[in-house]
Amino acid sequence: MYEQFKARALGVGAEVQRFATGAEAIGFILSFLQKEEVAAAPGASAVWADSPFLAGLLPAERPELPGLSFAVSRELAAQSKIGISQMEWALADTGSLVQDQSAVEQRLVSSLTTIHIAIIATGNILEGKQALFQRINPSTSRYIAFITGPSRTADIERVLTIGVHGPERLIIVFVDELGGARA
Amino acid sequence: MKQEFKASISRAVNDANLTGALGKFSEAYKVNRAKAYEGIDFEELRGRIAEIKSSAACDLDGLAETFKKNAQALGAKVFRTSDPDEVKQYILSVAREHGVTSVVKSKSMATEEIHLNRSLMEAGISVAETDLGEWIIQLAGQTPSHMVMPAIHMTKEEVAELFSKEVEERIESDIPRLVKVARNELRPKFLAAEMGISGGNIAVAETGSIVLVTNEGNARLVTTLPKIHIALVGVEKLVQKFESVVPILDALPRSATGQLLTSYVSIISGPTPNDDGSLKEMHIILMDNRRTEMARDPKFKQALQCIRCGSCLNVCPIFRLVGGHVFGGIYTGGIGTILTAWFDELQKSEDIQGLCIQCGNCVPVCPGKLDIPEMIMEIRRRLVQEKGQSLVQKAIFGVVNNRKLFHTMLRAASVAGKAFTSGKFIRHLPLFLSDLTEGRSLPAIAAEPFRDSFTRIKQPACREKVVFYAGCLIDFAYPEMGIALVKMLNKAGIEVLFPQEQTCCGAPALYSGAYEVAAQNAADNIQVLLQDGITHVVSACPTCTVALSHEFAKTLEAVGQTQWLPQARELAAKTVDFSTLVKHLVDEGRLSFKEGEDLGKITYHDSCHLKRTLNVFEQPRELLEKAGYQVSEMFECDMCCGMGGSYSMKLPEISAPILRNKLKNIKETGAPIVAMDCPGCVMQIRGGFDQDAAAVRVQHTVELLVDRLKD
Repeated sequence: MYEQFKARALGVGAEVQRFATGAEAIGFILSFLQKEEVAAAPGASAVWADSPFLAGLLPAERPELPGLSFAVSRELAAQSKIGISQMEWALADTGSLVQDQSAVEQRLVSSLTTIHIAIIATGNILEGKQALFQRINPSTSRYIAFITGPSRTADIERVLTIGVHGPERLIIVFVDELGGARA
Repeated sequence: MKQEFKASISRAVNDANLTGALGKFSEAYKVNRAKAYEGIDFEELRGRIAEIKSSAACDLDGLAETFKKNAQALGAKVFRTSDPDEVKQYILSVAREHGVTSVVKSKSMATEEIHLNRSLMEAGISVAETDLGEWIIQLAGQTPSHMVMPAIHMTKEEVAELFSKEVEERIESDIPRLVKVARNELRPKFLAAEMGISGGNIAVAETGSIVLVTNEGNARLVTTLPKIHIALVGVEKLVQKFESVVPILDALPRSATGQLLTSYVSIISGPTPNDDGSLKEMHIILMDNRRTEMARDPKFKQALQCIRCGSCLNVCPIFRLVGGHVFGGIYTGGIGTILTAWFDELQKSEDIQGLCIQCGNCVPVCPGKLDIPEMIMEIRRRLVQEKGQSLVQKAIFGVVNNRKLFHTMLRAASVAGKAFTSGKFIRHLPLFLSDLTEGRSLPAIAAEPFRDSFTRIKQPACREKVVFYAGCLIDFAYPEMGIALVKMLNKAGIEVLFPQEQTCCGAPALYSGAYEVAAQNAADNIQVLLQDGITHVVSACPTCTVALSHEFAKTLEAVGQTQWLPQARELAAKTVDFSTLVKHLVDEGRLSFKEGEDLGKITYHDSCHLKRTLNVFEQPRELLEKAGYQVSEMFECDMCCGMGGSYSMKLPEISAPILRNKLKNIKETGAPIVAMDCPGCVMQIRGGFDQDAAAVRVQHTVELLVDRLKD
């Protein structure tokens, strides 16, 4: 299913990475932030929303970088270049990511920034919506968000253009050792 | 038709930007849609959607109450109303109560339906549409020209012009740059707005959830950044169960834009916390505005199965020429005509209903299983009921129904008009019949109609007998097609009967909404066509075949003449089109073609009624191949030729470019002959090539097959 997901996600313009361990994923993310010249300045910062992945790290493992913040506010998110969050499910048939984004910071980091890095457990790839709908519950999850590739429009002369109101890049980072429903 | 309306049509068809963008989109759409549905059983999927939406339409009130209860339990405020004015009052009072000065909106047709922006602005509140296309048309002061791509009629240069004015800086017409400008301009508006207004693509009763489907990400910002969120949802968006969201999400993006899924889907169930810890104030307005009334109308209830994907617009040969603005209202295309007739008023649809050529292209692609052409026919019927037929129409039907008189008049006109006759075509007709030749040449009327020639045909004595229903074009203009048909059937050992009392099939009256006239035609024909001992009633005109096999019973039922229904059904069961009958005869070995000669390339044009109502398209191709031709398919072989009965006379400015496209596609195959099964299409396409002077022969299949029969 990973290969199917990857093909679909690439097909809609997302970027896909896969790592065996959380440490490798953090290594990738930190070097990516450095490459993108993340710094403590408006327009250059990065925000990382609370997630099971972060919570599972020892204090010493927590990534550190000037300009990278774990306290997410709407002002900070609006000024950040990169937002990082963890998504809960991946759908192989459409290349989509799904998460309960009732907590507003989850939406802020994934909608206001220019680049969204989405971490996800490789074991949480589902076939599609049918399987997903047996696992989500709107009475407890008030804002269920599907994200499929970057923000796009074809409103001017039908020309597909990436990055209107949402992120113009979506980088999906699979982590095998996070386990997941199927692990 | 009003002059003003005619003028808007000619503006649209002469707008190269519009027809270019729409034409290219609709050609690409077909391919993208097919690709998106790969591996999916569309019939099964749309069967489920139609069932879900139809059962919801049976209980809109119950679902709305359930929704209200469940959404309120989650903390949303729910307001139900049938009155658009109350919607506006409600939103204004929420705005006033919170001192709202600016609003951001994500795309919502319901808010446009009630002209919400105008009310907000009149109250001194600034409103920003945030969907890129909607923002463009807001800046331009226009209405959307397409349900999914509202600004498809504008070029990047025009958009650059608008944006330059808005940001007071010269902006180049580079599309990615223009999109950046929109992002940068709208971002501060998102962050400053106190209220966000959205629509809703689906509303789930059992969970009180609103589902929003977007690509740009604006709906996520509209529902996240402002502290107040108002969702305006038409009650037709309600479904009972949460699981019903799945099939609708399977179909909506695939049918709308050929995407497997849009970039963003949000399922919102009650208010969520803002970033300062306070709880968002969430209002959901369930608006009726005649939808419940529509659900109670047996002819229009199916319209509530619409999921607003716009595929009916994308495949429509008329829409791709004229775009949305000629429809005058908010909802455009075929579905827009129906919604305008209801949400606005019936009279508002008087002109625009005439745009539908009844080709049926939209029927097989609709994920909600709506039959839009059928509903438009019903609008026509009701308009005629309300206003009556025009005097000219009455006079024409009076003559058309009297076959002898009709032929005499046409023939007299054809002879009298000799000065204007060039070759096989008449350019003008006198008196009220002149409507028939306005902007179009008609085929010259045969000196002797088929009904007279028939009496001189010597047929062998056969045990099997069929009745031939000629229809007006074969009878008066193309008797040679009828003669060829008789010859072929005789060869198969079938005697052809031709009841002289047969009259017009009623299609001209029916498609004009004159159901009483059409019902009389049906009753008259039933009595003379159903003869004892016949195996079939055969016709070589698909429109006539459809009248006999599908429309007679429906028309009689519509006007309450149920005494003829059993015979109408018997006639329907016996009726068969020419190619289907001949294919059977060939399969049974009763007819065979000369072998061993290669007749070269031919291309085949599918006539609307034959392909989409009778589902016949393989038979004529197989017969032509068996007869020695190689069928070489043209691009869009089943796209309407623009004839549509009297359509080509009522709206020549639309019919002509559709025909031009057809001629181009035929010529591009390089085939010297184009075959078709409909004398109406022959008349249109032959007339086109007559003016075009290309060396392409236009023939009815029967004329090509008859010469190839083995002796």
